[in-house]
Amino acid sequence: MTIQRANGVTHILLVPLVCGVPVLLLAPLFASTYTLSLFCIYALLAVSLGLIWGFGGILCFGQGAFFGIGAYSYVVLVINLELPWISLLLAVGLTVAVTACFGAALFYGRLGDVYLAVVTLVFTLILNRFLNSTAGPEYQLGSARLGGFNGIPGFPTLHFPWSDTTFLSDTVFYILSSAVLLASWMFCRWILKSHFGRVLVAVRENEQRVEFAGYDVRLFKTVAFSISGGLAALAGVLYANWAGIVTPALFSLTQSAEIIIWTVVGGLGTLFGPMIGSAALTALKLGLGHQSLVDNFFVMGILLVTAVLVFPRGIAGVFTAYRFPFLSSEPKGRWQTRSNRRRDITDTGGKQKNANF
Amino acid sequence: MDTIFIFAIQIIYAVAVLTMISLGLALVFGMMRVINLAHGEFITLGGYATIIAAKSGLNIWIAMLVVSPIVVGIWSILIERLIIRYLYGRLIYTMLATWGLSLAMAGGLTMIFGNTTEGVALDIGFIAVGTYQASGYNIFIIFTTAAIAILVAWILYGTANGRIARAAMQNRDMTQAFGYPVKRIYMLTFVAGGMLAGLAGGVLAPTTGVSPYSGATWIADAFITVITGGTAPLLGTLASAGILGLVSSSAAFVFSSASGGIALLITALILLWLFPSGISSLWQRSGK
Repeated sequence: MTIQRANGVTHILLVPLVCGVPVLLLAPLFASTYTLSLFCIYALLAVSLGLIWGFGGILCFGQGAFFGIGAYSYVVLVINLELPWISLLLAVGLTVAVTACFGAALFYGRLGDVYLAVVTLVFTLILNRFLNSTAGPEYQLGSARLGGFNGIPGFPTLHFPWSDTTFLSDTVFYILSSAVLLASWMFCRWILKSHFGRVLVAVRENEQRVEFAGYDVRLFKTVAFSISGGLAALAGVLYANWAGIVTPALFSLTQSAEIIIWTVVGGLGTLFGPMIGSAALTALKLGLGHQSLVDNFFVMGILLVTAVLVFPRGIAGVFTAYRFPFLSSEPKGRWQTRSNRRRDITDTGGKQKNANF
Repeated sequence: MDTIFIFAIQIIYAVAVLTMISLGLALVFGMMRVINLAHGEFITLGGYATIIAAKSGLNIWIAMLVVSPIVVGIWSILIERLIIRYLYGRLIYTMLATWGLSLAMAGGLTMIFGNTTEGVALDIGFIAVGTYQASGYNIFIIFTTAAIAILVAWILYGTANGRIARAAMQNRDMTQAFGYPVKRIYMLTFVAGGMLAGLAGGVLAPTTGVSPYSGATWIADAFITVITGGTAPLLGTLASAGILGLVSSSAAFVFSSASGGIALLITALILLWLFPSGISSLWQRSGK
């Protein structure tokens, strides 16, 4: 704990630049840039959940929904407008608006704990069922047909801004997605360093006390929720461009489950943990895809159970607690470092009174 | 007149199915504040047990009403000993661990049975209602559900063991002090929930068929019904199953079957927004 806190800008930039950039630069030696783009997209998605769950204590079981909304709205917009970059911005903006409204309804309705998880899950399922039932020609937004179970294939993807016909190659797309990932990581570090982030962490620790201190907890949660929705939407737009097709499977339970598994296995209460978790588990999933002996979900499920029972602090917990405290993104003083050691999966809102034991 | 009668049977059937798939989950959540997200896979396991037992020559009624609950009950003992007992009182942990369990079970079932839908034939004919016909098996499901609900109510509220179980849930230390084995009561409650899931799986297997991932469809509806119902294990679930079943089957009747599912979810959202701790908070004292 002897490392002094660096000043603001250095704190925000240092770890992503020193730890993130070399990894992203060296990675193409081991895998194709096409595959690595997916890793970046998933890492971004994991960070979006890690931010609100690990720091805000808001367990969203429907993070896949915002990923999917981002992807679908990009596709619908780009088919109608034929301007990929503007569609990207509009899609992210639209998802932030949706998340803000949804989050406001949740948090101003005082939903917390397990009910929050249920409502976000239900929200995802509604979208899944709705999109699966849109096969008919009557479901058309502008010139985009929603296509039901088969999804929407064949839409304009991102191209160089100065040329309408030069689409991004795999390598350029990898550079783009890793840049977006790094920028989002720094953005999250900046948020957590700011006043807003400190209040957010305080809300996780003791919601009532923060409220007594005069903060509007509902507002803070709503804003954090929409920021996270925006990051997930950004990942969704990139995913749509990467895959070239969007399907209702984006809204499936397993998609949302995977995001949660990445975050738990990677480690809550850090930003790099979820990224490592997503990379490790995506690599595992791709590896398991090559054989048919062991089912992918069988392994994922057992990993989640093991993580919850045995390693509730995940991979990142091993690093931050004992060796490399500077990797932790938590704003800290000495007292907090100690409490971080004991920190593990947050029971949202800390409503222990619900338990009768 | 006949149309109305058929429509009424459809609604009651929808309510009965929702109640049947939710009861086990509701018991475990209402009594112990444990949410078993692998409940859907428990139901699926019950379905497989029935199908395998029936295909190997056992009488199908015995298979669904006896074999399925016992198989899933034994499985629940294992799960309670290995996972759940470490997590009592930590709601989010149990949700995450059992979600992992649900994925693992679905994956494991795929490895064993392959990703195909298995079915079992059962024909108990139709009941004529004027110019329409109602499936006899649907009527059977309605009566079975009613019987199970009454049985659970009787055990919980009418027997000494039920009273002890409820006491253990309300005040663990005091019950322990009276010499009752609280840990075993927890285990048995969880096993009872598992057996109800197995029974539901067995009874529903002939109508829906079973595939490794069919648990996901069950858990969504069961989970939503239970949470909307609140913490009263029986009445809350019956109330929410009533409302949700009515709305979803009406929507399915008027529009399309897909809109039934969406209507169910939207109704649940509205209900949760109105009663953030479930419908049963209407008649339960908030202070507890």
